[in-house]
Amino acid sequence: MFSRALRVPRAAAPSLRAARAARAPTVAAFRSVTTDAASASLEKGVPEEDDKPFQVNLSDESFETYELDPPPYTLDVTKKELKQMYYDMVVTRQMEMAADRLYKEKKIRGFCHLSTGQEAVATGIEHALNKEDDVITAYRCHGYALMRGATVRSIIGELLGRREGIAYGKGGSMHMFSKGFYGGNGIVGAQVPVGAGLAFAHKYTGRKQATVILYGDGASNQGQVFEAFNMAKLWNLPALFGCENNKYGMGTAAARSSALTDYYKRGQYIPGLKVNGMDVLAVKAAVQYGKQWTTNDNGPLVLEYVTYRYGGHSMSDPGTTYRTREEIQRMRSTNDPIAGLKTKMLDWSVVTEEELKSIDKEARKHVNDEVAAAEAMAVPDTTPQILYEDIYVKGTEPQFIRGRTPDENFYFN
Amino acid sequence: MRWLAPAVSERRQYSTHPPNARLNLPIDYSATPLLSHSSQTALATADLPAEVKNGTTKRMNLFQAINDALSTALTEDEDVIIFGEDVSFGGVFRCTMKLAEQFGGDRVFNTPLTEQGIMGFAIGAAAEGMRPVAEIQFADYVYPAFDQLVNEAAKYRYRDGSCGRSVGGLTVRMPCGGVGHGALYHSQSPEALFTHIPGLRVVMPRSPLQAKGLLLAAIRSNDPVIFMEPKILYRAAVEQVPTAAYTLPLSKAEILKEGKDVTVISYGQPLYTCDSAIQSVEKDLGISVELIDLRTLYPWDKETVFKSVQKTGRVLVVHEAMVNAGIGAEVAAAIQEDPETFIRLEAPVQRVAGFSIHTPLLFEKFNVPDVARVYDSIKKVLDY
Repeated sequence: MFSRALRVPRAAAPSLRAARAARAPTVAAFRSVTTDAASASLEKGVPEEDDKPFQVNLSDESFETYELDPPPYTLDVTKKELKQMYYDMVVTRQMEMAADRLYKEKKIRGFCHLSTGQEAVATGIEHALNKEDDVITAYRCHGYALMRGATVRSIIGELLGRREGIAYGKGGSMHMFSKGFYGGNGIVGAQVPVGAGLAFAHKYTGRKQATVILYGDGASNQGQVFEAFNMAKLWNLPALFGCENNKYGMGTAAARSSALTDYYKRGQYIPGLKVNGMDVLAVKAAVQYGKQWTTNDNGPLVLEYVTYRYGGHSMSDPGTTYRTREEIQRMRSTNDPIAGLKTKMLDWSVVTEEELKSIDKEARKHVNDEVAAAEAMAVPDTTPQILYEDIYVKGTEPQFIRGRTPDENFYFN
Repeated sequence: MRWLAPAVSERRQYSTHPPNARLNLPIDYSATPLLSHSSQTALATADLPAEVKNGTTKRMNLFQAINDALSTALTEDEDVIIFGEDVSFGGVFRCTMKLAEQFGGDRVFNTPLTEQGIMGFAIGAAAEGMRPVAEIQFADYVYPAFDQLVNEAAKYRYRDGSCGRSVGGLTVRMPCGGVGHGALYHSQSPEALFTHIPGLRVVMPRSPLQAKGLLLAAIRSNDPVIFMEPKILYRAAVEQVPTAAYTLPLSKAEILKEGKDVTVISYGQPLYTCDSAIQSVEKDLGISVELIDLRTLYPWDKETVFKSVQKTGRVLVVHEAMVNAGIGAEVAAAIQEDPETFIRLEAPVQRVAGFSIHTPLLFEKFNVPDVARVYDSIKKVLDY
């Protein structure tokens, strides 16, 4: 019995998935959230003005709910906002690609987790929040840091270990913080109860703010996630737990590590909302709704963002040993969040091809300039002030440290 | 040879060194006397059983030696099971390669990312008399499992009283230590947190040959064992390893090199640093230094250490983990507590260890003891 439970998925899963996919359009009762990034539609025309709101309809497969009424399937947007969302996602991707390049050039060292493919989640969340709300996430954090207001240069500078990096270059990839953003956490699941504490502070001080707490499908099996759920519900905290389900916890498929892969139902006594995490509009609609819900003192929600990472778990993982190249290719070519929004913006005449090209160009130039600035940053000085700050009580530092100058370190002939 | 290439930036980074350098040259694992580069030296290893000494050897790196030990354990004992995050496809460091294919998914399997759960699960299985080998993917991730290890595993035999059960079959493997750029959460070496706990054995091997023997001993031992593998050695340390199954004694230190003037005590990867420093200092000062590998960090081999210190009168303890309340503190305290050893001390016991800081991304090399620090400390105990 035991071995069967462990063995079944690999052989059976693809055919099951294929069967699901084949059945989905025809069988109305069996409906899962779509990962189509271009599933929204428009009823009326788009206004001329850049900041005049208009309504878009989200696909009726954008959400699934658990003990919760679904959010409205319409979303008010402006042309300006759509363009900003598009720009944000392009900048995030360009930045991740730059990090990828710098890592392969051995300029970035250490452990580095990229979010290529998952841009719609960070972008959609940010567009539903204001700067007084809080976000906390795990180690796949570059996009969130950027969305929360960090500059590309401070993020790349951090990856390079430079003083102008957002955490003084001390932490690198997994550890970045900015206003309203509490990291950037290296330990799987550890950020979830911390997020409950952030939410409590908002409630305690009477601020009508939400805390968005993110973790992966792998982390969702950590005990402390459930401990945080319980506290959040018990004390009715304004917490929007959110599982970024990219289908693989490191190298293990969700179904092989989770007894229940409906992560939005994992809160049991907390209502859940599953959302198409490849569609930035659906993410925004869900989080906007969630924020309203939770700041109205309805307690926490457990969201599940259905998304996909194109790259490996980290830079040392090619990402192709536990999934097929075809699967990655299919997601890239048919469900890409950036391509999806691009299609819609063109279809709706929000932008012309020309305008879109200039946004692309601007985003690329911005990232290139910022990365060049980060690369030009000096390696930090090896002075005691820098080596011992924030850890030693002043006056108790080691008196002498070797290795700062070549003669100390190498004893020349 | 990277330093020959044109400099990318003015300040050198990572494992580079300038021309004419005498100390802190990159450790040449292909020449170090701490590894057995030939079958003869491998088979002459102390503590090997006679039948193994007559056998054959195979060249292996550390992860292959671990794999060999795990494969041996799975073959010889049906009660051995192996699990952890991503172990089915070999684990992030390749230590469990092919084991799932060879022994089946009910004996070698992936767990969810749930360290506390993994540990509790392993303890339960061990309490039933099985021999679980649980893998924590990085030692940095073990803390959620700390409660299970300290409050359940370590106390099991003590509290079970007349029922007589224990979780002695339990072995917990975890890669530890710096790799040059692991930063806060991929470079810790938390052995001292476990050596504080009565009821757990803590082992750290220095080489593939040692790892195979000590890991098999850990799995066969009737005490719960924390087995910490210096991850930088997984690929770097390559040596001839006996092909037969063998164990090396737990809680027994090994004198790697005899000497009469100074005793250097260490374990794991820093032994290679110590060896480089000792070679230089012996040549420069014409002294002889004794090098001891503790191998088991708790309960550790006081007798070997005391005997050596009684002979030399001068001692330093070297480890990578931070200096405060570390193995160095414990060893130094034990040395001065023993009247026969204390009376023979010619200089205060030195600790060469990581500073009391978290591992910074770029400056790990300043934190991990290097050859110059060990070299200077040897001079310091001599000059006292």
